[in-house]
Amino acid sequence: MEVTTVNEDLGRALLERVMSIPNGHKIKACQQCGACSASCPSSYAMEYSPREIIAALRAGVLNRVFESSTVWLCASCYLCTVRCPAGIPFTDVMYELKAMGIEKGLYKKDQHNIKMARTFTRTVEKYGRNAEVEMILKYYLTTNPLKLLGQTSLALKLLMKGRLDLFPHRIKGLAELKKMVAAVEGGSNGS
Amino acid sequence: MEAERKYSYYPGCSLMVTNRSYDISTRNVAAVLGIEMAEIEDWNCCGATAYYPVREKRSYVLSARNLSIAERNSTDLITVCSGCYAVLKKTDKYLSEDEELREEIRAALREGGMDYEGKVKVRHFLEVLTKDLGEEAVRRHVVNSLDGMKVAPYYGCLFGRPFGGRDEFEFPEAMDDLIRWLGGEPAPFPLKSKCCGGMLMTTQPDMALNMTGKILRNAKSCGAVCIATCCPLCQINLEGYQGKVSKRMGSDCSIPVVYFTQLMGYAFGLDAEQLALKDCLTDVDSVFAQRGSKR
Ligand code: SF4
Ligand code: SF4
Repeated sequence: MEVTTVNEDLGRALLERVMSIPNGHKIKACQQCGACSASCPSSYAMEYSPREIIAALRAGVLNRVFESSTVWLCASCYLCTVRCPAGIPFTDVMYELKAMGIEKGLYKKDQHNIKMARTFTRTVEKYGRNAEVEMILKYYLTTNPLKLLGQTSLALKLLMKGRLDLFPHRIKGLAELKKMVAAVEGGSNGS
Repeated sequence: MEAERKYSYYPGCSLMVTNRSYDISTRNVAAVLGIEMAEIEDWNCCGATAYYPVREKRSYVLSARNLSIAERNSTDLITVCSGCYAVLKKTDKYLSEDEELREEIRAALREGGMDYEGKVKVRHFLEVLTKDLGEEAVRRHVVNSLDGMKVAPYYGCLFGRPFGGRDEFEFPEAMDDLIRWLGGEPAPFPLKSKCCGGMLMTTQPDMALNMTGKILRNAKSCGAVCIATCCPLCQINLEGYQGKVSKRMGSDCSIPVVYFTQLMGYAFGLDAEQLALKDCLTDVDSVFAQRGSKR
């Protein structure tokens, strides 16, 4: 029975975290109307719809949602947020759930979105700018190199047009930027 | 004489090489309109939305550094990338509303010798054109009228959501107006603010291709000869996968896709080079070259 207890604690911890984001407390006012699920371009593929996520969150059983890939299917389109009659910033809730999923290791091993996000942040922290080619290559090499083949037709077209940035640009103030980033809570580790 | 209009300009990473045609056409269109856009010095990546789940506060630091640099100019900050626009605006809003967060981020900036007092207004170029300049200022420069050309104005998510006005959330009209001012006809385009799935294209390609496909098909079915976009992420998504999408949807989804600034530049009589048309991945000749230019 120990497992249940751990999960209950986790459920409560997740709920508190979501309540702490800007306007997060509004989830208490969710009417379960389903406008979010109806608006969501990804809900057809989600095991738990946005409305169900709020319900699970409030019931303290959100940990179950993490057993599916639901939160990683959010396209960040903000349609749920602007349509919610209770003013719940559901897109931000999804971001927070992704963040907690990464922090607490609550994701399936084959969850590529996390690799993508991490590869991106590391690249930006190395240059101060994004370096698309390096980022995409690293992403596919650490996930599924074969999938890279699926991207080659677009990559070749871009290459022919001279639209691939082969020489990443490093900003001048990179050393200062690193200090700034390191100064925020959790800044220098965890990516 | 044009009244002088001064702004700061944040191009963003994707405009450096991959989507430089948006940067080039924006600068040239601005020059015609007498808008001065001073690129902010040594800007960094805005953090894009991929940053939030990994470390939200770091993303605020990245954006705040850009805002801090822009604050030196005391003018509004223009960006043409809807992704950068939403991220910079979100940071500015949350910093102004949440004192604890603000102080933490300002302290971090000071570690690197900067600070941000919250005085920058972040604007999308499309919004500046329609609100600060308006119809007369634009029409006056049209030498190649679009002559009733039917254009599908695609806004995507982040131009109007979540920071636009209420009507802009789902029914933005800024680009519709602009197309009219250029002599064109905005196509009635129901999916104009639906998500193209850009965020999911690398990690969930099946879902993303379906989303892109619906938009392309919808634009075609409302009789548009091209789609105009106002975001580099939407642009590459809509122009880059048309072959794959057509196969998947079982119908021809190919349609020229251009930046609204390229459409404007054409109407203003700018040449192909000034609009970097050679970078386009779709058949833009059918939109521009075949109509010719009166200049
Ligand atoms: S739209 Fe808002 S109130 Fe309605 S179910 Fe979704 S979160 Fe709850
Ligand atoms: S922001 Fe995410 S959860 Fe909300 S409607 Fe869009 S895809 Fe769905």
